[in-house]
Amino acid sequence: MKAADTAGDPMLIVNASPHMVTKQDTGRVMGSVLLALIPALLAGAWYFGPRALLLAAVCLITGLLCEGIWERLMKQPSTLGDLSACVTGLILALNLPVTLPFWMAAIGCFTAIVIVKMLFGGLGRNFANPAIVGRIVLLLSFPTQMTAWTLPGRAFTADAVSGATPLAILAEDALSLPSLTDMFLGRIGGTIGETCVPAILIGGAYLILRRIISPIIPVSFLGTVFVIGCLYGALTGQGGLTMGLFHLCAGGAFFGAFFCATDYVTSPVTRGGRLVFGIGCGAVTMVIRLFCSYPEGVSFAILFMNILTPLIDRYCVSLICKKGNKKNESRQK
Amino acid sequence: MTALRLLNSIHAPHHKNTAGKPIADMPLPSVVKISMSQNIGAPCRPLVSVGDAVKIGTVIGDSDAFLSVPVHASLSGTVKAIETRRNAAGGDETVVVIVSDGKGEWDDSLTPPVIHSHDDFIKAVRSSGLVGLGGAAFPTWVKQNPGKTIQTLIVNGAECEPYITSDHRTMLEDADNVLDGTLAAARELGADSIFLAIEENKPDAILLYRELIRKRQLTGISVFTLKARYPKGAERVLIEEITGKPCPAGVLPASLGIIVGNVSSLAFLGHYLKDGRPLVTRTVTVDGDAIAEPKNVRLPIGTSLRDAALFCGGYTGEVRKILMGGPMMGRAVYSDELSILKNNNAILFFTEKEAALPAASACIRCGRCHKACPFDLYPMLLTEAVDRKDIESLKGLDVMQCMECGSCSYVCPAHRPLAFSHKLGKILVKEAADS
Repeated sequence: MKAADTAGDPMLIVNASPHMVTKQDTGRVMGSVLLALIPALLAGAWYFGPRALLLAAVCLITGLLCEGIWERLMKQPSTLGDLSACVTGLILALNLPVTLPFWMAAIGCFTAIVIVKMLFGGLGRNFANPAIVGRIVLLLSFPTQMTAWTLPGRAFTADAVSGATPLAILAEDALSLPSLTDMFLGRIGGTIGETCVPAILIGGAYLILRRIISPIIPVSFLGTVFVIGCLYGALTGQGGLTMGLFHLCAGGAFFGAFFCATDYVTSPVTRGGRLVFGIGCGAVTMVIRLFCSYPEGVSFAILFMNILTPLIDRYCVSLICKKGNKKNESRQK
Repeated sequence: MTALRLLNSIHAPHHKNTAGKPIADMPLPSVVKISMSQNIGAPCRPLVSVGDAVKIGTVIGDSDAFLSVPVHASLSGTVKAIETRRNAAGGDETVVVIVSDGKGEWDDSLTPPVIHSHDDFIKAVRSSGLVGLGGAAFPTWVKQNPGKTIQTLIVNGAECEPYITSDHRTMLEDADNVLDGTLAAARELGADSIFLAIEENKPDAILLYRELIRKRQLTGISVFTLKARYPKGAERVLIEEITGKPCPAGVLPASLGIIVGNVSSLAFLGHYLKDGRPLVTRTVTVDGDAIAEPKNVRLPIGTSLRDAALFCGGYTGEVRKILMGGPMMGRAVYSDELSILKNNNAILFFTEKEAALPAASACIRCGRCHKACPFDLYPMLLTEAVDRKDIESLKGLDVMQCMECGSCSYVCPAHRPLAFSHKLGKILVKEAADS
């Protein structure tokens, strides 16, 4: 027997299967999220004026610049193509009041991208939602500017009037609350993207139908807010249903539930974990709204649950493992 | 009939470019190199020596080991050499090189099998050299002799891998033998219900068999329509969707009273019971963007991949990847000099365009891999456990249930090699159990 030539063809790629992959990639997933944010952005521009668009552009560009320069400095391959910096920038912009000075928005973007994401190892390694932390840092650093709310002034026609958000009104004087219709449509004070519920729902429905996000987190988040709102309203004699709906439409509940809490990286990977996460977000939001000195709690609730996510995951995975081991034992019998 | 419970699956482009093309017979090649390792289990020992004259169907290798079947000459001519070379999997294989005399004569001693008992049948199937032609290469005689009560025979005509149409063409062109082989197998197994499982992207085959079953007034046999998604044709998926019984890895289908047979294997069985000619040819889908005229080819086992490509118009550009099997579970091989094995249902030749895969990026924990897994495993968690070499987690997360179908890797937007990592994870668990 003699050995045949086994050198092989040096041009041939030999790798493990599969040899075919989806055209979907991280960039396209993030692109879909960007697309889903557009209705909320347009609604913000309609209600709060064209400065909303400018602020969004500043955040997008700062986000991209921060990530690009950081990677250049650190001699890392560029990840701008995954568009996650754009998503972070836009979500942050939609979480800001329209009057915020551009340089403050840029600081928020820097915090989100460099401190929360890149310092922890880039996309997939961040411990918390970058945009949420960016917003919280801005809120704590510039409390006046971050709570300088503008009432929607029918955009390009009249000057915007300053005023309080419904939650701030509730904290001070519950009698002059806006109507639920106004709150649903977004004719209230608030951040650029959070006030118009229909616009958020369009984006959220698109993400769910495209299977970009699972409905578990938004539904459990909003469900919890609604139930606690109803209970509180009933117990305090303010009307159960009214207060439930009020808390749903007020503040950033819808925006946070669909666009911030559903961030893949900082929410649990199992279905059960996501349910716990969503309920937790809703409960913490309501605890802050009802019992703390801050009128709004969505950002803090999401950050809190982000930090709990590894714990939730670990518990859920240990349950999966226990079940797997049991199955294995019964198979061996 | 359709499935009661659908397991997770993915939609991958079908690329069934050759579905409308009749099987072409390839002219006899001048030389074949027939591997002695063509079944799972021990390889065969060559039974011929250099210089021996052989005819088509002459036994050239066999083994006493369990799970083996004989190997037959696929050309008439002379044994020119017996060589050892590296096989597609990276191990060694012994090949018998036969140079054709150009006559293509069958061995005179071959006669149709005479079957009076179950033992006769098993002996005949063993000497036919038949193994699972769908890719498993499991000896059919062992499968036909499970030593358990069998109720259900599932004929696997799903062919869920992209590109491959050899089973589809066989079903269309050889329907009577498919049915004859199926009925014989079911009779010997004692199975009283037979399901012909076909994906709904082959409506011609579904219609044809419904028609034939009616015409021949067969009972206990029906066509089962599967969704045209991947991996519906995997044995364990088929069993669960058709019978409702989960069939985890490590559980033999026979112990559930079920046997699954590939449709081309059963078509061969139908032929063999009539003419006694052993397995020396097979139908292979030759496709890929580097092939000028993709088609289904019936060719002698042992034909080189290059000869098969030349028969299909040759290469259109620089070949950068050659696959034995489909793009989801097929094996990338190192040379086009390797030869066709009994269980090769396709050879795909790709240029750079199809061969190059996007680079992996960071996991964004989106969970698509879990939603794609037919057995509800958690590929991203498994991959993390493999990176940590965490045997306990690998066991708990049930890595041994992974059949490496590749659905997780396919859907991953970060293009991470998840299935490959599971392969490593399974090796880690096995090594830990051995030590």
